[in-house]
Amino acid sequence: MTAPDTIASAGRALRDGSLTASGLAERVLSRTHMAEAQIHAYLTLDSEGVRTAAAAADEELAQGRDRGPLHGIPIAVKDNMCTAGLETTAGSKMLAGYVPPYEATAVRRLREAGALVTGKTNLDEFAMGSSTENSAFGPTRNPWSTDRVPGGSSGGSAAAVAAGMALGALGSDTGGSIRQPAALCGLVGVKPTYGRVSRYGLIAFASSLDQIGPFARTVSDAACLLDAVSGRDPLDATSYPEETPSAAARLGRGLEGLRVGMVDMRGGAGVDPAVSEAFTRAAQAMEGAGAQLSEVELPSVDAALSAYYLIAPAECSANLARFDGVRYGLRAEGRNTAEMMSRTRAEGFGPEVIRRILLGTFALSAGYHDAFYGQAQRVRTLLRRDFDRAYQRCDVLISPTSPTSAFPIGSRTADPMTMYMSDVMTVASNLAGHPAVNVPVGLDPDGLPIGFQIMAPAMGEAVMLQAAEAVEAQAGFRPAAPFHPERGFPGGGL
Amino acid sequence: MPIDIDIAHVARLARLSLTEKELENYGRQCADILQHAARVSAVDASGAEPTAHPMALRNVLREDETAPERILDRETVLSQAPAVENGLFRVPPALEEG
Repeated sequence: MTAPDTIASAGRALRDGSLTASGLAERVLSRTHMAEAQIHAYLTLDSEGVRTAAAAADEELAQGRDRGPLHGIPIAVKDNMCTAGLETTAGSKMLAGYVPPYEATAVRRLREAGALVTGKTNLDEFAMGSSTENSAFGPTRNPWSTDRVPGGSSGGSAAAVAAGMALGALGSDTGGSIRQPAALCGLVGVKPTYGRVSRYGLIAFASSLDQIGPFARTVSDAACLLDAVSGRDPLDATSYPEETPSAAARLGRGLEGLRVGMVDMRGGAGVDPAVSEAFTRAAQAMEGAGAQLSEVELPSVDAALSAYYLIAPAECSANLARFDGVRYGLRAEGRNTAEMMSRTRAEGFGPEVIRRILLGTFALSAGYHDAFYGQAQRVRTLLRRDFDRAYQRCDVLISPTSPTSAFPIGSRTADPMTMYMSDVMTVASNLAGHPAVNVPVGLDPDGLPIGFQIMAPAMGEAVMLQAAEAVEAQAGFRPAAPFHPERGFPGGGL
Repeated sequence: MPIDIDIAHVARLARLSLTEKELENYGRQCADILQHAARVSAVDASGAEPTAHPMALRNVLREDETAPERILDRETVLSQAPAVENGLFRVPPALEEG
């Protein structure tokens, strides 16, 4: 029997008695032991915790207590979400060895839904990056080709799912950090509406942009994971105050009559021909399946990346002020408190984090605040108005997710601006607070996955995933990174 | 137009102890990035109110009650601190003598 590789198929196997949660956990752990030397998806693997939780899940099922679709399912968690008693580093030397005294709401909800938390996945330090090369603990490699990046910043979560080291994962998306690695690793990745998922216990990067969301192999698996972690949380004052509508409510309804707007999100970036072709093919397939396709303009979108790289660093510089060597994390020696703090921060933060703190501090400093941060906030308003107008005549908007497929490790680290361009098509949804999803639609000539982005208005996840599921079916592409029992994943390094 | 940044001043504001070489390097990179980011200035946004947050935020108040299940004991709170003394966070002197 082939191992179930989706949440849905594993759930059926757990309930028809052909599989136990412990058996599933052992398979996932054994794959992890084979693949990790090549991939490095995890910073902390909680083998013991998974086995204990799996035994408890089996026991519950045997007693007739069924927690639902995630019961007994191994799920990985990005290492910027606090896990009580389990090391949480945010990929930073600053937090090496930090053991949180409390649990993030999203993780608590995962566990309550019966999921087995496999461990904590690698990321760009404090979620700042697009390749997972900014981790203080070494890069993660792409299971489709190990000489390529998995994308970022949630690259460890994406690689873990793509490599079969978990059946789903949680990531966080501030400017594309779920959708871009999902695109580069051939997965479904959802950035939910701002406020849908509680940020309590998520180590903050840019508080008005950060949002936790799922990675999965299928759209329906992603919807199931998203629904499990969504909803009002009294511990996050910015969580959505009303009852959260289900993200899975419109699955299976097809595309008939859906109004789909194509938007040009390039903002001056070059797009790979293979990405453009795959996008056009998928868009035409949507039309063939009954969608009404039109072209839509978002006049302010060309300035979105610029606004993002002022707003996100500004918020980051304020949020990361808390790392001062006093209450937790690293401390460097100093003759007085000020010297201790300045040395701690210079030693504990990596170059990308320091760069963004400096940028943000500058953008907020006296004399520059209005010209940079203030103007970026006004552009954010214009962008929201553009989206509002577009959604008066469209149900969803589409674009590629990333201008390129997975790029070689080391190829964009020399020039920060080149790396930032990776986010050109994803940042607008974060600035607007809207949901967006990546759906894999095919492979490029090098055998690397290509992603397709669907965006929707605030709390429009149901119609967005309805469209995503139809695109997934039309693409007929069932992504599975090729794994060889002896040679491992392509690209070497075993 | 190149943007002039007093990077040493910015690093002091951000409490980052950087070497001359690091300052020069970060200063150059930040100027490059800001030159791209300054594209926001080309947008006529004079009629737009700034958006600080995607949700229409209003102040959220709760009853002034303690939630006992959320209270961490002193030992737990101090368990992650780099230096502790007498149940308190210990830091080097905050004020110079003399």
